[in-house]
Amino acid sequence: MVTLLYFASLRESVGVSREQLALPSGNATVSVVIDELRRRDTRWTEAFAPGKTWRVAVNQQMADGATPVRPGDEIAFFPPVTGG
Amino acid sequence: MPRVRVQPEDFDTGRELETLTSGRRDVGAVASFVGLVRDANDGAPVKSMTLEHYPGMTEKALVDICEQAMSRWDLIDTLVIHRIGALKPGDRIVLVGVSSAHRGEAFAACEFIMDYLKTRAPFWKREETPQGARWVEARDSDDAAAGRWSR
Repeated sequence: MVTLLYFASLRESVGVSREQLALPSGNATVSVVIDELRRRDTRWTEAFAPGKTWRVAVNQQMADGATPVRPGDEIAFFPPVTGG
Repeated sequence: MPRVRVQPEDFDTGRELETLTSGRRDVGAVASFVGLVRDANDGAPVKSMTLEHYPGMTEKALVDICEQAMSRWDLIDTLVIHRIGALKPGDRIVLVGVSSAHRGEAFAACEFIMDYLKTRAPFWKREETPQGARWVEARDSDDAAAGRWSR
C-alpha cells in the first residue's frame, strides 16, 4: 500500500485529500500509479488528462513520472506552487 | 542550520531580523525580503486569501532551499518565516533574511531564496474576489526567475 495525498485545486478536482492505494505488482513508478488512477472515473481522468499541469512529490521530495514507488511511500499530487 | 518557520501567526520583522545579528560581530550585511498580500490580482480586487501548504514537505523544502543558498554563497545565517491560513490585504506573508560579511552575497542569496521558494515550496494561494474564490495560477515569470540561477 502507498498513501496518496492531494492538495489545493487538485484535491478539489478529485474530491479526496488522502487515501491508501494498493500498488500494482512489479516495479511501480509514479506513472504506473497515475495510469491506475486514470482508470477509476472521470474525476481522475480529467485531473490527470494530458495537457493538465500537475506536480508530484514522493516521500516529500519533488519527483516525476519515472520516480520509483515502493510500499509505504507517500505520494503527493498538487498544482504548481504559488507561495511567497 | 537554516531557521525555517511555517505559522498562521504574524511576525515582527524587526525582531526577527535582530536574531540574525544579536551577539555577533562578524555580520557586515543583512538583506531581507517581506512579501505582503495585495488588494488586487489579475484584474480583480482581492478581499482575502487562504494559504494552504503540505505539512512536513514545506519545512523540508524551505530548509533545502536555504542550504542550497548557503552552499552557493558565503553566508552566515538564513531565516525564512512563511504564514499559512487566512490573510487579508496588507498582511505579511513571508520574510526572508540573510546575513553575511558583505552585501553582495546577502542580496544575491535573498533573491535566490525567494525565487526558489516561489517555484519549489509547496504553498498554494486561494483568493476571495467579488466574483468568488479562485486558486492563484502559477506564473511563467516565476519559473523564469528561478531558472536564472541554474548553472
